[in-house]
Amino acid sequence: MNTIFDRDTWQEIFGSIGQNKMRTIITIIGVLWGILLYIVLSGAAKGVDNGFEKQFERISSNMLFIWAQSTSIPYAGFKTDRGIRLKLSDVKTLKNNIPEIQYIAPRIQKGNFGSSGANAKNGKRSGTFNIYGDYPVLTIVTQKDIYDGGRFINELDIKEERKVCVIGERTQKELFKDDVNPIGKYININSIYFRIIGIHKYVDEGGGSFNDDGDIHVPFSTFKRIYNTGDVVGFLLIAGFDDVNILEVEEKVRAQLKEIHKIHPDDKQAIGGFNLGALFTRIKNFAKGISFISLIIGIATILAGVIGIGNILLISVKERTKEIGIRRAIGASPNHIRRQIILESVFLTIIAGVIGIILGAFILYIINISTQNLEDMPFTNPTVPINFILGALLLMVGLGTLIGFIPAEKAISIKPIEALKDE
Amino acid sequence: MIEIKKLNKSYRIGQNSLHVLKGIDLKINEGELVAIMGSSGSGKSTLLNIIGMLDNYDSGLYSLDNFPIKDLDETKAAKYRNQFLGFVFQSFNLINYKTALENIALPLYYQGVSRKERQGIALEYLDKVGLADWAEHLPSELSGGQKQRIAIARALASQPKVLLADEPTGALDSTTSEEVMSLIKKINKEGKTILVVTHEHDIANMCNRIVTLKDGVIMTDVKIK
Repeated sequence: MNTIFDRDTWQEIFGSIGQNKMRTIITIIGVLWGILLYIVLSGAAKGVDNGFEKQFERISSNMLFIWAQSTSIPYAGFKTDRGIRLKLSDVKTLKNNIPEIQYIAPRIQKGNFGSSGANAKNGKRSGTFNIYGDYPVLTIVTQKDIYDGGRFINELDIKEERKVCVIGERTQKELFKDDVNPIGKYININSIYFRIIGIHKYVDEGGGSFNDDGDIHVPFSTFKRIYNTGDVVGFLLIAGFDDVNILEVEEKVRAQLKEIHKIHPDDKQAIGGFNLGALFTRIKNFAKGISFISLIIGIATILAGVIGIGNILLISVKERTKEIGIRRAIGASPNHIRRQIILESVFLTIIAGVIGIILGAFILYIINISTQNLEDMPFTNPTVPINFILGALLLMVGLGTLIGFIPAEKAISIKPIEALKDE
Repeated sequence: MIEIKKLNKSYRIGQNSLHVLKGIDLKINEGELVAIMGSSGSGKSTLLNIIGMLDNYDSGLYSLDNFPIKDLDETKAAKYRNQFLGFVFQSFNLINYKTALENIALPLYYQGVSRKERQGIALEYLDKVGLADWAEHLPSELSGGQKQRIAIARALASQPKVLLADEPTGALDSTTSEEVMSLIKKINKEGKTILVVTHEHDIANMCNRIVTLKDGVIMTDVKIK
């Protein structure tokens, strides 16, 4: 171990690798390129991963949407093409029978899926907007940013069927002047006055959530009363616990609903759904795949570079046959020679590795800066975990040592008597 | 100092065996300056290589300072070479990217002598060969005679029991040859045992004993003066 910290050892190493500087530099570039590629690729993969994470952070990542359509197979005495409607009672049954479900947010809506929206008026200003009947649990499943001074629908609103509403930013713009604070004001929705309790910010949640900025949210109970929809539910937002397989949950939900509504078990059309969680998992796996590929590419390139170092040292040993012979004649033991060649190999590898890591970090920094303002690009904070870097360095030291053995053994196989023969 | 009895050495060349040394008997006392002469193929270089522990021998006996030298592994050979022997070669064999001082200090590095001590000893020997001003010069900046003097200083730095010089003047002109030989003589006068392999008679005549080899046997062994 002492030799590593010995100034003389290093002088010997610098002396011999400094003999052919250009070749040394080119050799270093081989390994440097490998580690650089590895750092940039796995950093970029992490950036993509973080980017998706950020885009989905506002939504429960284990979520699916379920709605009812019409049957395609006759069953239990019912004809085909029977329209199915989900009921509030379904929510309770699902929650009771499927323990993997964490939350269910039932919604009812007008204004999309073919129905006409609500006409809202404020004085002379008016517009048609999507209107949703919601439960407070919605804010747990998908985050809603409510501007200061406002709030979302609460349990009391539901219980007392209050005529209150939360409106989107565009709704606000169309119904109010810019300098008016709409909180506490009333708007006329289909001839009924609703008090505005909050304004929500429009956020693109990606992946097919049904939000827009021109909408009105009212308590589910109030919606049901004014539109006389009874216990009918438009669709369900179902969030599973973090550790459950959302695809299995979807299967269970569908099976349960088919049982309740007397739908043929093979009917694919009657219950519609969109599995956001599965999409999310796929994207996460995609990011994982990228980082795995970058690991493979990185290691392979590092390996190629290290082999290059071994190759160059082999040539250098050949060229230095005479020098090694002289060293042997004046007292260098085979161990001296072996140690020096291996240290040269490890040293070149580490130098290349460290420069590669620094350059790689710099490139990631540049990428990060230049993508920071691109909202649409799923790329955030590209980093490489420190243990990945340490692992790569360790791998390189290991490979450098192993590959160093080849020229080292070659070097000590040189007999001084052969090396010293005068041509 | 050196005792050799019935030394035999053969080289295997393909199917044939070449008997190079055919029973050499040689005794060299401490403080002698011996020239080993002979035409090429006489076996003089092989003998020097065996004495220098660069080569093994087949049968016979070789002891250095009453220390039997036989079947050494590479590590041991390296150690003994470093402790007992100093080499001077025809083509100097300096390491071309090291300065004169570093070249001289190299055997001491392999002995594990500390840096400071090494530098001091190397400077001392550099001064001894009259090249103290050339310490930081690379071999390429030195003349042939200077290079050989550096090589001699390097050979002496580890304070060996015996100095082995293989054609030390072979690559030098006659004036420089004489300079180098007088340096060798001076070192011999200080008590060092020295073996010089040469094929030049005037070089051999500067020694105090001439051993002539022919076809693997000692033909003559003459003391001068």
